[in-house]
Amino acid sequence: MTDRLCPRDEADVVEAVRWAVSESRPLEVAGTGTRRALGRATQEAVTLELAGLSGVTLYEPAELVLSARAGTPLAEIEAMLGEARQMMAFEPMDHGPLLGQKAGQGTLGGLMALNLAGPRRPSAGAARDHALGLRAVSGRGEAFKAGGRVVKNVTGYDLPRGLAGSYGTLVAYTELTIKVLPRPETVETLLIRGLDDPAAARAMSEAVGSYYDVSGAAHVPAEVAARIPALAGLGGPVTALRLEGVRPSIRHRREKLEMMLAGRGALATLEEAGSLAFWTAVRDALPFALEEGARLDAAKALWKVSTAPMHGPVLGAAARGLGASVFYDWAGGLVWIEMPGPDPQAAAIRAALAPGGGHATLLRAGTTTRATVEVFQPLDPVTGQLVRRMKDSFDPGRILNPGRLYAGV
Amino acid sequence: MSGNATSGIVMPEPNADVIARRAEIVAAMRAIVPGEGVIDAVNEMRPFETDGLTAYKQLPLAVVLPSTTEQVSRILAYCHRNGIRVVPRGAGTGLSGGALPLADAILLGMGKFNRILDIDFDNRTVTAQPGVTNLGITTAVAHAGFYYAPDPSSQIACTIGGNVAENSGGVHCLKYGLTTNNVMGVELVLITGEVMRIGGKHLDSGGLDLLGILVGSEGLLGVVTEVTVRILKKPETARAVLVGFPSSEAAGECVARIIGAGIIPGGMEMMDRLAIHAAEAFVKVGYPLDVEALLIVELDGPEAEVHHLIERVAQIASELGCITLRASNSEEERAAFWAGRKAAFPAVGRISPDYLCMDGTIPRKALPLVLARMEELARQHGLQCANVFHAGDGNLHPLILYDASKPGELEAAERFGADILLLCVEVGGVLTGEHGVGIEKRDLMPSMFDETDLAHQQRLKCAFDPDSLLNPGKVFPQLHRCAELGRMHVSRGQLPFPNIPRF
Ligand SMILES: Cc1cc2nc3c(=O)[nH]c(=O)nc-3n(C[C@H](O)[C@H](O)[C@H](O)COP(=O)(O)OP(=O)(O)OC[C@H]3O[C@@H](n4cnc5c(N)ncnc54)[C@H](O)[C@@H]3O)c2cc1C
Repeated sequence: MTDRLCPRDEADVVEAVRWAVSESRPLEVAGTGTRRALGRATQEAVTLELAGLSGVTLYEPAELVLSARAGTPLAEIEAMLGEARQMMAFEPMDHGPLLGQKAGQGTLGGLMALNLAGPRRPSAGAARDHALGLRAVSGRGEAFKAGGRVVKNVTGYDLPRGLAGSYGTLVAYTELTIKVLPRPETVETLLIRGLDDPAAARAMSEAVGSYYDVSGAAHVPAEVAARIPALAGLGGPVTALRLEGVRPSIRHRREKLEMMLAGRGALATLEEAGSLAFWTAVRDALPFALEEGARLDAAKALWKVSTAPMHGPVLGAAARGLGASVFYDWAGGLVWIEMPGPDPQAAAIRAALAPGGGHATLLRAGTTTRATVEVFQPLDPVTGQLVRRMKDSFDPGRILNPGRLYAGV
Repeated sequence: MSGNATSGIVMPEPNADVIARRAEIVAAMRAIVPGEGVIDAVNEMRPFETDGLTAYKQLPLAVVLPSTTEQVSRILAYCHRNGIRVVPRGAGTGLSGGALPLADAILLGMGKFNRILDIDFDNRTVTAQPGVTNLGITTAVAHAGFYYAPDPSSQIACTIGGNVAENSGGVHCLKYGLTTNNVMGVELVLITGEVMRIGGKHLDSGGLDLLGILVGSEGLLGVVTEVTVRILKKPETARAVLVGFPSSEAAGECVARIIGAGIIPGGMEMMDRLAIHAAEAFVKVGYPLDVEALLIVELDGPEAEVHHLIERVAQIASELGCITLRASNSEEERAAFWAGRKAAFPAVGRISPDYLCMDGTIPRKALPLVLARMEELARQHGLQCANVFHAGDGNLHPLILYDASKPGELEAAERFGADILLLCVEVGGVLTGEHGVGIEKRDLMPSMFDETDLAHQQRLKCAFDPDSLLNPGKVFPQLHRCAELGRMHVSRGQLPFPNIPRF
């Protein structure tokens, strides 16, 4: 039976971790536990559930800053930002649907621990790029803070950024401060139809390398496009370029891009509503979503791969050769690969990635698979040792999510 | 510290044993870096004895100028085996003393790493050696209309390696981010001599964010031997508006309203009366002299957007009762608006024999309060202070005017500077926005961080450099032994069962 410890405040978190250290009892660190299926499979008897540390503690729209306790639901934060026409510009993806769960769950601590991002990643960054400050409890059972509440800050090591994406293996966050930004007034999407993957990568590269501030560049091959309702009726592969901002600017940029890309393929446009739906589908990889409650060990294995954008289609072709379905975000630099079955065929995927460099994360697989296949990109020996020493620094007793990222960490 | 008896900053005690072995160490260095790459003559080491924080000077044990990663690796491995300290150095423009030598340390100058290794327009990256200047990267891609966004005012001289170490900013980082948001990968040599690569032409790390930790680590964690950055297309259009206000409050309010309207300008700079007058006297670009505060707001991006937004900014400024309002209508005019701001440091250098450049960040809304308190402090310390200010992100650069030849003035300036930084912390800001802690702000760290906070940072150093050989005496007010930092203070069975809700 799993025991759940539900601290009410930071002092409780300190007490819980100290107890775990003294008893040598590893803790599963969780917000509400909805992202348990991400990362290597581990089995801790005790869960430290941070959902009780909830509430926005500071929001100053004119200062573009928001602080909230780590367990604050993202939905609450997004609603608050929406009222002031602001947003988390990194467009955090929602893993729920991919894992057979409801959309709209998740907490701020989880967002930072997973370093979430979305289609705006190449231009606006990931959660790490918007992390300003933190309070946390390390595996030593000590509460500490780092960073601050201002954007320009180089006082000491950049722990708010450095700890982003650490999957709860170094600290349990108790409070986070992030930078927020104004929401664009409106959005439109320019679609190019009929391109194959390499031609699409080239078109996307030219578009994001143009003057015209393209804030999303995705390519969806035909069989995947058919699963996106916002593209209904188009048929065939679709390459999408997102334009955000004030209306006169969007019109100007769309016209310029249309001229630049004339002759590549038939052009079409998605207006605001269609754009919002389409980019949500891209952000959350909805073409590969599962039915709510689906069993992961029976589901098709899913990879999320970050690589040099021009290597995207090369990797995509190799994956399709293995029977996978793929689509591309980040102008080709993010490749979503849905394998034909539960077998992730890790060796083949990683071999196809190698020439372009990058990292392949096994985002969805059954528990047994995630216990035997390296979920994250394997580390070279020097980096592996360094990462181990970092674990020693923050969590020498291997109390916080041990093994969730790498064995022994 | 030798060379500056007046300074209150204590550097780590030099290791007499290492100094006694100097000849042997220099010979070992010559075996690794042949020819002119090792400098041990005092007069030839002089150019390296200080950085941009010129009040502090110290000759190193020897200067070593490697030109390959392999040499760096062998140098560090030797130093590691023999317990010798190492201070990395780029161009030496740092303003916080980060590259200040130590008497018992090798000064590792990275200036010979000056080649661009790869330009990849398709993937929009440049890979450069760390000694390439910041502007050198932009210059290498400018023919195709691209640029590297972070633009410190020192960009013609400072190196990309130094930028990575300091997480440098510039006037455009409000919209385009700091160094850390623009660096995609590095090659790093650890103090053991081990070489590792972090990141590359892809985004994010898919594991621990070592790059995030490394950027801004002030040369304390490793020596950077290669850097991959993202490049951006130069905006189609850029236009600036010059706005003068009768009070700094009104200027501060203008900044808040522009951002409140959802506009993120490419740059938004502010100058106070003293800075405006100094700049105008120097470059004569027609800055208004009857205003208390001057804002330069630059909008960049697609043409239609810039024209649209410039109208909105002008409207906001008018509503707030600005005295001057001019929008640039040509590149020359835009450059003129910036010329004064960009020359602000040397301009102040003309009206005062010496000045100290401070670098705190505050929440923007605290600006009027901070400016008022700074005037009070100026009176108290009997010194003048000119202010230039990255207004968009709350990063202040007070320039404290002093005369080092007058006894006691440097100390007064330093005390004034410390008071300003403590004021920044008091209002919710931080000690340094982009120049780094170095030695300059080292002893103020406890005003922002308690012992536990600092211990968590220093243990990170232990993971990279457990013997504290890389750039010791910088950033942290006290050197702690890693063994002592690593000790756990919780022991088995001593704590009660947690008294927290469980299910
Ligand atoms: C007139 C003037 C204007 C300036 N304007 C700005 C500005 O607008 N914005 C801003 O942010 N800064 C500014 N600076 C500060 C300075 O230019 C930056 O901090 C710059 O990044 C330093 O680069 P550098 O090559 O001179 O580094 P150095 O001063 O040589 O070194 C700085 C630090 O980096 C470390 N280091 C250098 N190279 C390496 C390497 N390869 N590997 C590991 N560590 C290394 C050193 O140990 C040291 O701690 C200005 C300075 C001056 C003099």
